Amino acid sequence: MAWFKRNAQGIISQKKKDIPDLWLKCPGCSEIIYKLELERNANVCALCSHHFRIQTEGYVKLLLDAGTSAEFNEEISSVDFLKFRAKKKYSDQIKAAIKKTGKKSALLSTRGKMNSRPVVLCVMDFSFIGGSMGSVVGEKISLAIDVAIKEKSPLILISASGGARMMEGAVSLMQMAKTAAKLALLAKAGLPYVSILTDPTTGGVTASYAMLGDVNIAEPGALIGFAGPRVIKQTIGEDLPDGFQRSEFLLQHGFVDAIFSRTVMKEEISKILDVFCKDEIDASERNGLVDVKNMDAAEISPAVEMDAEKKN
Amino acid sequence: MQNFVLDFEKPIIKLEQQIKEMQDYARSEGISLDDEIDRLQSKARKMQSEIFAKLTREQRVKLARHPQRPFTRDYIERIIEDFVELHGDRAFSDDPAIIAGLGKLGSEKVIIMGHQKGRDTKQKLHRNFGMAHPEGYRKALRVMKLAVKFNRPIILLVDTPGAYPGIGAEERGQAEAIARNLFEMAVMPVPIVIVIIGEGASGGALGIGVGDKILMMENTWFSVISPEGCSSILHKDAGKAGEAAEALKLTAPDLLEQNVIDIVVKEPPGGAHRDHDEAAQILKKEILDVLKKLKKMKPDALVAKRIEKYENMGFYSQHPFREG
Ligand SMILES: [Zn+2]
Repeated sequence: MAWFKRNAQGIISQKKKDIPDLWLKCPGCSEIIYKLELERNANVCALCSHHFRIQTEGYVKLLLDAGTSAEFNEEISSVDFLKFRAKKKYSDQIKAAIKKTGKKSALLSTRGKMNSRPVVLCVMDFSFIGGSMGSVVGEKISLAIDVAIKEKSPLILISASGGARMMEGAVSLMQMAKTAAKLALLAKAGLPYVSILTDPTTGGVTASYAMLGDVNIAEPGALIGFAGPRVIKQTIGEDLPDGFQRSEFLLQHGFVDAIFSRTVMKEEISKILDVFCKDEIDASERNGLVDVKNMDAAEISPAVEMDAEKKN
Repeated sequence: MQNFVLDFEKPIIKLEQQIKEMQDYARSEGISLDDEIDRLQSKARKMQSEIFAKLTREQRVKLARHPQRPFTRDYIERIIEDFVELHGDRAFSDDPAIIAGLGKLGSEKVIIMGHQKGRDTKQKLHRNFGMAHPEGYRKALRVMKLAVKFNRPIILLVDTPGAYPGIGAEERGQAEAIARNLFEMAVMPVPIVIVIIGEGASGGALGIGVGDKILMMENTWFSVISPEGCSSILHKDAGKAGEAAEALKLTAPDLLEQNVIDIVVKEPPGGAHRDHDEAAQILKKEILDVLKKLKKMKPDALVAKRIEKYENMGFYSQHPFREG
């Protein structure tokens, strides 16, 4: 951020304690950054690449071609079937979350195009009851997988969650099994699944679909783990090492394939899908293929054999 | 075995002691106190069934954790013939918090495994209180794949306060290990029978808990979090576990109603810890009954039905949220 620009806009120096609304302090590098510029950079700090949390729409805009997103199953909503009564009523929490976020659940499912390729995209919303996974998240993922299988589209799922939704008891736990079972069907259909893990992804979400990508991608610096750091600290009675359960730690230990900055996420995922997705062989290419029936078996390479099978 | 008595068991145990003293006295004096003993015995039975008929959820949680409750090894010793334990995940180590192996359940050749708790301090530490590390889940998966290869049913006994939350567990991918198991178990083409024999806490339980039929012993619990964990999140205090247990609705009858489990398995009067042999025989019969039905299904149909079973789990509305 150029200093003169700030002055030019009449904004006072960063020594001053109050930061006007147009500006915010980056938790990564402590610099004061201009919000609009941050938004133009996918909410990634240009100085230190700190990734600010973004909402579901932000990811849709980031990953899908403009104007191609069509949300589905948006009406599915939570039911307080246990009549969960503790300090707060679950039904009140749902009401408050809907009011606060303007959303109906902690997961958005949409179909759209990513660099012209049809994809099914699911995005979790951490601001909706901590992105917790209950029956609605489980069902929406299950249905999104059905759509992906039916339309032969790859699935991209962006996780951001504190884990399973406690207020749905064992039923929320079973959503781990439900989503994993459906992902097994997606795998059987030979369709790619790219899991993107963002800050934070913990608990039952990590221990189910978030870790099951054909490729697991993390955003830089995201907290990713099974048990929460507080629980681990309490259990072992020691301080946790620096960088513990961050994306870079998972990469080092072999649990994510890559860490990509949000600014290149779309292009990187497109490269992956390009290789994984079945090629659409158009008529002109088809005509160019050798007629395998008239060749000696020894001349037929496995690749040609596969194409021949497809042709028949 | 050290005697451990829960508060609500005390009046029953006290009466039973009186009966025993009376029997000893009658024997030593060579007199008959049969009428009085009969009267007290029927009183004790009545008291026990009354207490157990109205157990609170918190009391069931306590029974599930009873230190004399039969553990995985106790069941295996009683119901599996020619048991051979198989160790190790072939990658990192052997995790004593999960026992895996093979043997015969009646006439059925099976693969069986379960979380293992310890009874004395040394055993508890050795078994890490039944809290598995990733290598435990990976060992379980390796042995389950043997069941697939040799076409044998899988029996899984669940009894854990949770997957271990530690630095090593995270380094070695606790989440990935559990997730992988869920994914693989969903489509294994052999019958999988799960029994919650004690505690069924969260992902640590589910990591060896996906299958065709889920049985739950009468005095056990199964949920997304322990009552203490729930209480400390809600109240910043683990002390309100009783309240949390009520809110979580985590007992076998609760979960039958929530369509999470399939069968509630009766325990001997006073709970499984009062009679390991009988508890094991009841369980053996239940598992054999379930296996008999599952074995009639073709592998494809079995897997399709299993996936459908999980697809149907959950409660939601197709309409915008309404309070109701
Ligand atoms: Zn920064």
